[in-house]
Amino acid sequence: MNTQDTLSPGTIGRRKAVTLPEQPPQLWRNVKPKKAYDAVIVGGGGHGLATAYYLAKNHGMTNIAVLEKGWLAGGNTARNTTIIRSNYLWDESAAIYEHSLKLWETLEEDLGYEMFFSQRGVLTLAHSVSDVRSKKRNFYANALNGIDSEWLTPEEVKKLVPIINISPDVRYPVHGATYQPRGGIAKHDWVAWGFAKAASDLGVDIIQGTEVTGFDIRNNKVHGVHTSQGTIAAGKVGMVAAGHSSLLANLAGFSVPIQSRPLQALVSPLLEQVLNTVVMSGAVHVYVSQAHKGELVMGAGTDAFNSYAQRGGFHVIEHQLAAALELFPIFSRAQVLRTWGGIVDIAPDASPIIGITPVENLFINCGWGTGGFKATPGSGWVMAHTIATGAPHELNKPFALERFYTGHLIDEHGAAGVAH
Amino acid sequence: MSEVSFSFDDKIYKGYHGEPLAAALLRNGLISITNSTYDARPRGIVGLGVEEPNVLVQLVSGTQESMLPATIIEVVEGLSARSLTGVGALPEDPGEARYDKTNHYVDTLVIGAGVAGLKAADEHLRAGREVLLIDDQPAPGGHLRHLGEEIQTELQAVLAHKNITYVKRCTAVGLYDQNYVVAIERRSDHLGNTALAKHSRIRVWHIRAERIVLAPGAFQRPLIFANNDRPGIMFSHAAATYISKYGARIFKRAVIVTVDNQGYHDAIRLHNSGVLVQGIYDARASAKGASVDAARVAGVTISFRSTVLDTVANDEGALQAVTIQNLDTKETFKVEINLLAVSGGWTPIVDLTTHIGIKPKWSEQHAAFLVNQSSDKLQTVGMLAGDFGDDDNPSAFFGPVLDNEQARHAYIDLQRDATLKDLRRGVEAGLTSIEHIKRYTTIGTAHDQGKTSGMLTIGALCQLNKESALSPADVGTLSFRPPYVPVPFVALAGRERGELSDPIRITPLHKWHVEAGAIFEDVGQWKRPWYFPKPGESMDDAVRRECIAAREGVAVMDASTLGKIDIQGPDAAVFLDRIYTNMFSNLPEGQCRYGLMCKADGIVFDDGVTTRLGKNHFLMTTTTGGAARVLAWLEEWLQTEWPDLKVYCTSVTEHISTIALVGPKSRQLLGELVTDIDLSKEAFPFMHSRETKIDGIPVRIARISFSGELAFEINVSWGHARYIWQQLWALGLPYNLTPYGTETMHVLRAEKGYIIIGQDTDGTQTPYDLNMSWIVSKKKEFIGKRSFQLPYLKAAGRAQLVGLLPEKEDEVIPEGAYITALNAQPDEHGKTMHTGFVTSSYFSPMLGRGFALALVADGLKRMDEMVSVPVGKKVLQAKICDAMFIDKENIRRD
Amino acid sequence: MLNIPCPHCGLRNETEFHYGAEAGVAYPDPNVLTDIEWAKYLHIRANPKGWLAERWVHFAGCGKWFNLWRNTITHEIGLTWLPFTTQPKSPAPESYRNGQEGSKA
Repeated sequence: MNTQDTLSPGTIGRRKAVTLPEQPPQLWRNVKPKKAYDAVIVGGGGHGLATAYYLAKNHGMTNIAVLEKGWLAGGNTARNTTIIRSNYLWDESAAIYEHSLKLWETLEEDLGYEMFFSQRGVLTLAHSVSDVRSKKRNFYANALNGIDSEWLTPEEVKKLVPIINISPDVRYPVHGATYQPRGGIAKHDWVAWGFAKAASDLGVDIIQGTEVTGFDIRNNKVHGVHTSQGTIAAGKVGMVAAGHSSLLANLAGFSVPIQSRPLQALVSPLLEQVLNTVVMSGAVHVYVSQAHKGELVMGAGTDAFNSYAQRGGFHVIEHQLAAALELFPIFSRAQVLRTWGGIVDIAPDASPIIGITPVENLFINCGWGTGGFKATPGSGWVMAHTIATGAPHELNKPFALERFYTGHLIDEHGAAGVAH
Repeated sequence: MSEVSFSFDDKIYKGYHGEPLAAALLRNGLISITNSTYDARPRGIVGLGVEEPNVLVQLVSGTQESMLPATIIEVVEGLSARSLTGVGALPEDPGEARYDKTNHYVDTLVIGAGVAGLKAADEHLRAGREVLLIDDQPAPGGHLRHLGEEIQTELQAVLAHKNITYVKRCTAVGLYDQNYVVAIERRSDHLGNTALAKHSRIRVWHIRAERIVLAPGAFQRPLIFANNDRPGIMFSHAAATYISKYGARIFKRAVIVTVDNQGYHDAIRLHNSGVLVQGIYDARASAKGASVDAARVAGVTISFRSTVLDTVANDEGALQAVTIQNLDTKETFKVEINLLAVSGGWTPIVDLTTHIGIKPKWSEQHAAFLVNQSSDKLQTVGMLAGDFGDDDNPSAFFGPVLDNEQARHAYIDLQRDATLKDLRRGVEAGLTSIEHIKRYTTIGTAHDQGKTSGMLTIGALCQLNKESALSPADVGTLSFRPPYVPVPFVALAGRERGELSDPIRITPLHKWHVEAGAIFEDVGQWKRPWYFPKPGESMDDAVRRECIAAREGVAVMDASTLGKIDIQGPDAAVFLDRIYTNMFSNLPEGQCRYGLMCKADGIVFDDGVTTRLGKNHFLMTTTTGGAARVLAWLEEWLQTEWPDLKVYCTSVTEHISTIALVGPKSRQLLGELVTDIDLSKEAFPFMHSRETKIDGIPVRIARISFSGELAFEINVSWGHARYIWQQLWALGLPYNLTPYGTETMHVLRAEKGYIIIGQDTDGTQTPYDLNMSWIVSKKKEFIGKRSFQLPYLKAAGRAQLVGLLPEKEDEVIPEGAYITALNAQPDEHGKTMHTGFVTSSYFSPMLGRGFALALVADGLKRMDEMVSVPVGKKVLQAKICDAMFIDKENIRRD
Repeated sequence: MLNIPCPHCGLRNETEFHYGAEAGVAYPDPNVLTDIEWAKYLHIRANPKGWLAERWVHFAGCGKWFNLWRNTITHEIGLTWLPFTTQPKSPAPESYRNGQEGSKA
């Protein structure tokens, strides 16, 4: 029956929700692992899948496999708030995130897969005199790095986001904001699936439910991985396992300066569109956007302690919502529909670790902390380069594990608080 | 029950006080109530409680909640609601209502006041425990309430026990580690207009219990068949309850389709309420039990191995007929009805247990996932534990085999309009994990979070994989995440809003500053005067005036927010030697010294002046924002590394108020107030401290200067600060005593090149980078020293603190601006190499020009070099210089 | 919200405490270490999946540092001990205690 003429009287004129585009008939091939590969990627999250895709596409390495211990992209890829931006403070960070953002801008076309990449702009609010000073520094740094960035007054912020409260009478008033118009969001699952499909189409084997339990290392050189499905030989191995990176590194006989912490996020039910921009505020801990379908997606803070439990404390959520209502009084009757936690891998300087390891032919990519989603394509790109050539790409050279021994940290802590 | 009026979608209806809105809507004949979110299909009420997937409404009255199922709203005079199509709207009015929170510690928490929960409560009461019983219904009884039956007398007695607290309308929304439960109590919507404004509308309960008993019950399950979403298709238990208990006698003819004996129970209730039950179609091969016998006695036709295949709608889109299929012969026939009551088995409410990672186990016998937990801490009872009574006997049947056309409108998730066809597509696309199916189809992501669709998805997956004999046990359940039901932000924010969102810290002189017209800035939680404008003055005007007063006359500042730590003990001096980069053990008593401290990684993290008050007694000052951090740092080292040191640290930030009297006339003015100390530079040298009394009030005066100017810091107890301040003002008028704020403080210190941690540092500077090698002791070990040897910390090219003079004298370079080599141009990627950035920048009335501090690569070797500072479209030029701009000889401070 | 047993004050809410990561990492003599050894002291802390001996300070209470065993998968809390006292044995089953602490727990 055609439904248009049977609308219930009370709901005439009500807004219809946005319909999602249909998925392709095939996403990826489910295959059994082969005995040997030229390269194996440990970890089937967004970064691992992107690595596999760029290995195949940029470096012609198609005899490769992605091993995922659970279900594909079920870790932080499925659990983040999908914010994409590149307006980082330090040159090294800005370069790699901007490279990533440029890849995002053509990614749907490149992969032939829609992922709701939406450059709706990212606002980062400042709430005090000193906050303004450091955000402006960020803004000036971005300008020199060729990254789009604007400084907005509270009135300009209000123009962009009419529901925001810019009254000077609140506890921490909005003093201004940086704005990156090219920043935005994307649909997280689809990003992973898009990479998985494209990689699978190029011949990459995607193998789920296969846990790496050890490495075949002889003469300080990796020859393969031991898995729950048996040993798989591999010329090269890339570890792309986020929160589980320290465990894998330990299995390979070295240590990484990573602590695994729960990071929570939440969504509301579908709501009429009220927010068309991503709004972040490190000072009052608000990270919010309204997704395409209409749900508010909010990031909360990390819990204070190490955990692999993928759940966080409820007080973190309560604190987060109190802060959100200060900025957005209209959210008062929005509801928390679902909260969840991911396990983020945090390095001492809140910057990623991508590069070679003490074991030959074994490469690592981890430490993206609270902000890895935005880096997905860029991270995969440079990791693929590193694996294929055995040496880091210009962009990930500064992010070597070695920096912790030389002291050349890239401290994004001060710059971003929780770097969503 | 009294009759009341309520409004729904702007029409006035009658209902009974306290009944569910869903019941009232049905009785008023509203079968087709709303449209589905994506397919815009007509939809009506399906369920009995929070599992309701279709009829979501927005409250226009009361809490104005954005989205609630009509099944849980109690009708009350003045209730106003509007239907939604799965998309909520936010009220503009933020509301003045109060939301609060409570913490509760109890021996036993029982969740669910059905028969199982009440029995469990009884057991725990008998064991001498205090019990908190929470239940999301307006009255106890659980399932019995729907049947309209009273609970047994002995269970009623449980509720009267002195050791039980029973909270109704209170839903446990999250189960967390260590028996921690968060619950939401709805306290006012059911009172309508009689709700008192001062009462909180929703209370968030934080409950910690020694033992938790989960008795949440179960949801009835739908079945998957073609066009299973039409208004008039309901859970059998819901249909029977709305009709027999709430008198919604709007359905004349019904068919029951069932996989368990519940269908028979409900058939009898419908039959007894005067509904013509055309037949019970049972997917099982046979059935026995009291309910089956009763249905037979009532004369209801029973057909086994049959189920519903498809449905037909009338002109309004509501149910008109069903197609019944014999599962063996595949023969079909039509029955004209307007109610299809579906009993697809029970889904026990496993949600809370999955919050803490407990995996429910599939029971073929129950055709359900159960949680059997009976540890001392956590116990499950009732349907969750598999107690389905002795007359149920369900079968794991989820619906007939459907072709693709039929599957197109065979809904699994009604709220998301996700169909069997969508699910099949997902499986064909290569998805094997139920988590992928969920994300691909969006099943389980709507307001009801898959309360009824989750199990259908599992059933459908098993059906698709019949050859591999996939069982629900292999698929496993989806993980539910808190909260169990959606919770308004405003309830979780509670009272931590507005002024209470974060504590405000003020000094004892705050009121004076307010009266003097100060403009404040937030520094951490502190409110500090930023500047004191006179009428008509701009900030620049005020700051210039304040600066000149401090440099040429006398000015006063409230420095009370400085962090202060009292450090005592025989090893205090040794301790400070290890903490600070410079030496403190050789500081004579009664003298002060500036110190810098680093983290173990060699990076500067705080600074301040510490005064030796006695042999074993120091008073450390820290930055305003760093006070708590530094105290924690000191304690960590004392307690976890150097327990042999006898040192005691006490925060005295809010014990001692500090008043900085600054300027060439400060000595003269102070001399009028303090007569028993010789304030001359010879008798009271720079960086010395003296104790005395003013009008009997003990004060400690120190010759500390953060401006390079002659200055005295008066330290006095917090409570006496205002008195001393007023005495200064009483004498200060002839001196044109001027109050100044943090901005002027910044200008004055920057003119002398004194750093502010966090402004001129960003967490990457060593003392050497700050041109402070003079403060790094070569003679002793201290925290961070080893790190100075790391290659990068001693490498060439590090950013170093220098001064910067803009080429144009009236120019003030924006703080944070980046510095490039002179006339540097962008490369082909639009990037311009920089060489540092401006940390502090002001106009100096003394210099009559703008000046800045900056961190510049190898800056100390680049004196007098001209550099560019691109600022937007403009490019400023500036000269690198020493970071001390006035009085390099330090004459003024004496 | 963990419920943490302060050895001095008893069970208190997690929000009263600050976390101090792995327990038992003593401050080394900085001058006998190579740069790499020193950098490891600065930056490397245990991050096991399972039982972790870790430090907490009852910041908003008695202000005292102490150690406890906590399981990073289940958030169960085991024994506590004071600084410079003997660390109790890991609550993990004996077979998992060496090497990969609790990785299979």
